[in-house]
Amino acid sequence: MTRTTVKIPTPLRGFADGRAEVPVDGETVDAVVRELVQQFPKLQKHLFTPGGELRNFVSVYLNEEDIRHLQRGATPTRDGDVVAIVPAIAGGAGAAASSPPLSRDQLVRYSRHLLLPEVGVAGQKKLLRSKVLVVGAGGLGSPTSLYLAAAGVGEIGLVDFDAVDVSNLQRQVLYTTHDVGRPKLEVARERLEGLNPGVKVNLHPAPLKSANAMEILRPYDVVVDGTDNFPTRYLVNDACVLLGKPNVYGSIYRFEGQASVFDARRGPCYRCLYPEPPPADLVPSCAEAGVFGILPGIVGIMQATETVKLLLDLGEPLIGRLLLFDALAMNFRELKLRKNPDCVLCSPKPTQKGLIDYEQFCGVPAAGSQRSSSGVPEITPEELRDELASADPPMLVDVRDPPEWDIARLPSATLIPRGELPNRVSELTRARQVVVYCRSGQRSSQSTRLLLDLGFQNVRNLKGGLLAWADHIDPSMPKY
Amino acid sequence: MRSVELSEPSVRAIRAHARETYPEECCGYLVVRAGEDEASPRRVLSVERARNDFEGERRRRFVIRPEELLEVEGRLAGEERAVGGFYHSHPDHPAVPSEFDREHAWPWYSYLVLAVTQTAEGPLGAFELDAESGAFHPAPLLLPAATDWSGGKRTPKSSLGEEGVS
Repeated sequence: MTRTTVKIPTPLRGFADGRAEVPVDGETVDAVVRELVQQFPKLQKHLFTPGGELRNFVSVYLNEEDIRHLQRGATPTRDGDVVAIVPAIAGGAGAAASSPPLSRDQLVRYSRHLLLPEVGVAGQKKLLRSKVLVVGAGGLGSPTSLYLAAAGVGEIGLVDFDAVDVSNLQRQVLYTTHDVGRPKLEVARERLEGLNPGVKVNLHPAPLKSANAMEILRPYDVVVDGTDNFPTRYLVNDACVLLGKPNVYGSIYRFEGQASVFDARRGPCYRCLYPEPPPADLVPSCAEAGVFGILPGIVGIMQATETVKLLLDLGEPLIGRLLLFDALAMNFRELKLRKNPDCVLCSPKPTQKGLIDYEQFCGVPAAGSQRSSSGVPEITPEELRDELASADPPMLVDVRDPPEWDIARLPSATLIPRGELPNRVSELTRARQVVVYCRSGQRSSQSTRLLLDLGFQNVRNLKGGLLAWADHIDPSMPKY
Repeated sequence: MRSVELSEPSVRAIRAHARETYPEECCGYLVVRAGEDEASPRRVLSVERARNDFEGERRRRFVIRPEELLEVEGRLAGEERAVGGFYHSHPDHPAVPSEFDREHAWPWYSYLVLAVTQTAEGPLGAFELDAESGAFHPAPLLLPAATDWSGGKRTPKSSLGEEGVS
C-alpha cells in the first residue's frame, strides 16, 4: 500500500479535525482523495459535486504538479508523495459564459420548476448544465430518459445497441409501431429532442464492456442503470464506484420492482447488497419470465426522480435504502442497506481495483459463443422433426411455465414445469426416449441434467429450444 | 459569522485597485495573522493584489490561479501571516455576492465585495459562506471611523445604494 501525505487547505481544515496534513493510503490520486473523504466525510460536499465529480475549482497537485498536466485522477502515487488540495478562487458579478441567463423560451418551458423554491432559476440552470448517462434504452430507460429530457437535463447519454422489436412496445414507451426495425437510439434521439430541443442526446450504440465503460461513463454526473442483465449491472456498479459516481439503480421482475441509489462515497454499492451474482441458469430474463408492462414505467420514473434530486441536491436520496414495489399488492416497502465492510470494491481495503470480465463473473457465455449445455446430450430441431415422424417418436417434455405453454408449444408435448419435474418423474418412466425443451434450450439443459442424474438414460435436450424450432422447422410458430 | 476588521489603508487600496481595473473586476488577498483566533473579529493586516486570471469576460469574472495562491501562502507563512480571505470588485453591480460567487465560495474565508462604477466606488460588503447551508451570510464589517463612504477622494456623480444600479 502506498502512503501519501495530503495537504488540506486552510478553509477545509475545519472539516478534517483541524489538521493541515493527513497521511492517506492510495495507489492513485483518485484513490487517495476518495480515501481522504472516507476518513473525513464532511469534506465530501466541498470537494465533489452532487454528481460526484471533483468540483471544477478544486485543484489537486501531486508534488507541486497540477494533476491535469499528469494523468489526472489516474496518476499513480508513490510512497512519500505529497498530494495538495488547492482551492481555485473565483467569483464575479454577472452571469458566467457557461451559465447564461434563461431565455424567454426556457423561462416559459420550465416555469413550473422555476416556481418551486427548491428548484428555481439556479436549480434549473444546474439541470441544464448536468449530464446523465442512461444505460439501456428499454423498459426502464424509456420513461427515465423521457422525464429527464422534459426536466431539462442538458445532456443525456444513451447506451443501447438493439433495434426496436414489436414485443418491446408493450412497455418501452420511447417507441411506436412505426419504429419497428429501426435502431433504438436513433428513434430515442428523435423522440427526446422532439420533446425538448434544448437537450443534447449523446448516443453510445455499442454494448457496454469493461473495455469501454470507464470512457463512456466518465463525462457524466449521474449514471442510471436500466440494464436487463447481471454482467452489465455489475459492470455499471463497478465503474461507478471506481469513478466515484452515483448509480441510480432499478430492476423489474414480473410484477415487482426495486430501486435504490448506490453511491459508494456515501453508502453501499450494488456489490454490498449482492456480492455474487445468482447462478446464470436461475436468472430468467424478461423474455423468459414476462413483465407487467407498466412496472418499468413506475420504476423508471422513480429512477428519474432520484436522478434529478441528486443533480439538485434535493431531499433525501435513496442512498442506503432499497425500495421494493409490488404492483399486485400496490405497496412499497423499504429495506435499509448497509455498506459491507468487506466489500471487494468499495470497502476501505478493496481487493478489486479495476474492472473484470463480467460475463465470466456471472457465468454467462460471451456474446456470440454457444453456451455449453453442461455437457448434456442434445438433439437438433431437424433430427427431432425426423424422429417425431418415425414409428417410435420420443416423449416430448416441455419444462416451461404455463403462460409460455399458452403462447406456443410442440403438438405432442407434455407440460411439466421445471419446478415440478422432480416430483413428476414417474410420468417419464415408460418412455424409451425423452426430449426436453424450453424456449431457448437453457432451462431444459438443466432439466436434462437432472433427469440424467436421476438415472434416466435416453434423455436429450432440444438444442436452441423453440426459438431454433421456429427458425428451422416451423416459421409459423410465434417467437416470444 | 465572523466580523471583519479593515484598516483605512486597506480600504483605500481595494478602492484604488477596483478603480484601476474598471471596467474589469479586480481581486486580491486579505492578509491576516497566522493561527488567528477563530472567534475574534478577523483583523485584516493588509491587502495584496492578485492577478485576475480569468480567460474571457473579466468584467464579470475573476479567477485566481491556484499556483499564485500557493505562492502567496508560502511567502506569508514565513512571516507568520496567512490568507484569510479575498476581495473583488463588481463593476456596475451591487456589492452583494452573485450566485456565481456563492457557487465558488469556500467556507472559513472572508469575502469582501466592492461595488464600482465608472465614477465612484460604492459600498463594500463582507460575506462568509455558511458551510452547512451553502448560503452566503453577510458579516459585520468593522471600519475605522475615518473611512469616507461616499467614494474616496473623487466627487461622486452617482452613488451606489445598497441595491446598486442595474
